[in-house]
Amino acid sequence: MTRTASVTALLAALLVLLLPVSLLAGRVWLSPSEIIDGSQLASLIVSELRLPRAVLAVLVGGALGLSGAVLQGLTRNPLAEPGLLGVSMGASLGAVLAIYFGISTIATAAVPLFGLIGALAAMTLTFALGRGGGTLALILAGAAVSALASALISLALNLAPSPYAAYEIMTWLLGSLADRSWDHVALAGPFILMGCALLALTGRSLNALSLGEAQAASLGVDIPRLHLIALIGSAIAVGAATSVTGAVGFIGLIAPHLIRPFVGYEPRRILLPSALAGALLLLAADVATRLIRFGPEMKLGVFTSLIGIPFFFWLVVRLRKTSP
Amino acid sequence: MSTLATSALTVRRGGRAILSDVSFAAQSGEFIAVIGANGAGKSTLLAALAGLIAPDAGKITLDGVSVGYLPPRELARRRSYLPQNPRCEWPISVERLVALGLTPTLPVFGDLPSSYRTRIGDVLSACDLVPQREQPATTLSGGELARAMLARALVSDPAILIVDEPMTGLDPRHALDTVTRLRELARGGKLVLASVHDLTLAVRYATRLLALHEGRVAAHGTPRTVLTKELVRAIFAVEAEISGVDGGAFVDYLSPAG
Repeated sequence: MTRTASVTALLAALLVLLLPVSLLAGRVWLSPSEIIDGSQLASLIVSELRLPRAVLAVLVGGALGLSGAVLQGLTRNPLAEPGLLGVSMGASLGAVLAIYFGISTIATAAVPLFGLIGALAAMTLTFALGRGGGTLALILAGAAVSALASALISLALNLAPSPYAAYEIMTWLLGSLADRSWDHVALAGPFILMGCALLALTGRSLNALSLGEAQAASLGVDIPRLHLIALIGSAIAVGAATSVTGAVGFIGLIAPHLIRPFVGYEPRRILLPSALAGALLLLAADVATRLIRFGPEMKLGVFTSLIGIPFFFWLVVRLRKTSP
Repeated sequence: MSTLATSALTVRRGGRAILSDVSFAAQSGEFIAVIGANGAGKSTLLAALAGLIAPDAGKITLDGVSVGYLPPRELARRRSYLPQNPRCEWPISVERLVALGLTPTLPVFGDLPSSYRTRIGDVLSACDLVPQREQPATTLSGGELARAMLARALVSDPAILIVDEPMTGLDPRHALDTVTRLRELARGGKLVLASVHDLTLAVRYATRLLALHEGRVAAHGTPRTVLTKELVRAIFAVEAEISGVDGGAFVDYLSPAG
């Protein structure tokens, strides 16, 4: 078995081990016997609350990990991450508008639905702005779209109709998987899977791209098409992911870096392990937020940022050492 | 047998003609050295011949078919191209770097077929890279990286090899190694096109010289007939002395031409 295959198998095994833990852990701890005995309350908690939550954690974490690996390969920049394209902020803006205008009180699915629309709108705007200018233009366009969405979110908070709405917007922005249902899975799942399928196609071309664009093109890689597939795949998967969880930072940045010491730097080999690592990280973070209690539940996005930032510092220090 | 030809090739960038009216043809078994001053259009010509830059006028054909009409993957299987100062951006092993040369023949998913491993092994030993096999490509010395990139270009066994300044930045020994290798490849039946700054190496090793001056062909033919004091003065603005007999040519630069 190759090293990549063993690392992939190990990550998959860890994920399988962690899944039951995430079903049992929470404010109400369940024991496996309760579920096997068929206690109605227990099976309701598991099937309607914790299972969709765990499925979402795996989907969202996987999308972030995979997208981070693809974007780092595409830009050949170790600091690239899924938020780069503006879709995360776009999704946040959509969701915030749904809360702001009170649409969320009519139907709970309105928040992720608007999030998804926001993500797609942000993606379209990013592409329209950055079209034809290569990776750098797209990243700049993504930054501009992010800034616009962020300004509009601030405006929504500023003009919030009631303190309660402002509070709800803030809470949503912190990112969480609490109280997510199968509706959320049904809404975001297909988009996440579709985006990930596109991203999975890029491996071979990303490998060739490690020789630079001229050599990759000479090897038959269609560079504009590669950009399109990687960026649209990321936008769809990450946009859908953010629209159900809110902003969950750092997973997409960290996952590929955690994998590289074990499977090497070849972009294609990192993709699957990075997706699994992302899923594992997010699932673990979600379990952790349920277990760490200082009063109110700690939000998932806050937790991933808190564990992500020290890692970011480490990355900066390491880059400072390795670059001239 | 492969024939790579251009007719009245013109390439413009930002309104300026980088190449104008370039016509020539090259066959398998030739080692063509493209010479010319900085900015003469050597790199543009090589990239256009590789099918990476579309001509604004004129044609580039491979065995009679316009290069632009060939599917990129098919073109990639028939010719290899190395740009100036090729780099590897991730610290992947030399073996994996060389394997990237097989990209056009690989399926989207799945690992390297085992038959390819022997080919990679062969090309690694042909390019004296066996000790560096597992070494990260980013830690190679300039000479080693140049060999690794050449191995990358050769692993797919292309009929045509197009290399932009393969000897730049190499010490005399590695430059000689590289130019000998290119000549051997041509003798083995490949068509080799390379831009070369060292005129002594070009005139000694190439089978033909193509001299470019301000985007036009200044001279074209066998090295000893093309390379004259007058040509060097015209295209490099340098007074030179060309000595030696029977392939032992030696180019000495004397002073800037007045």
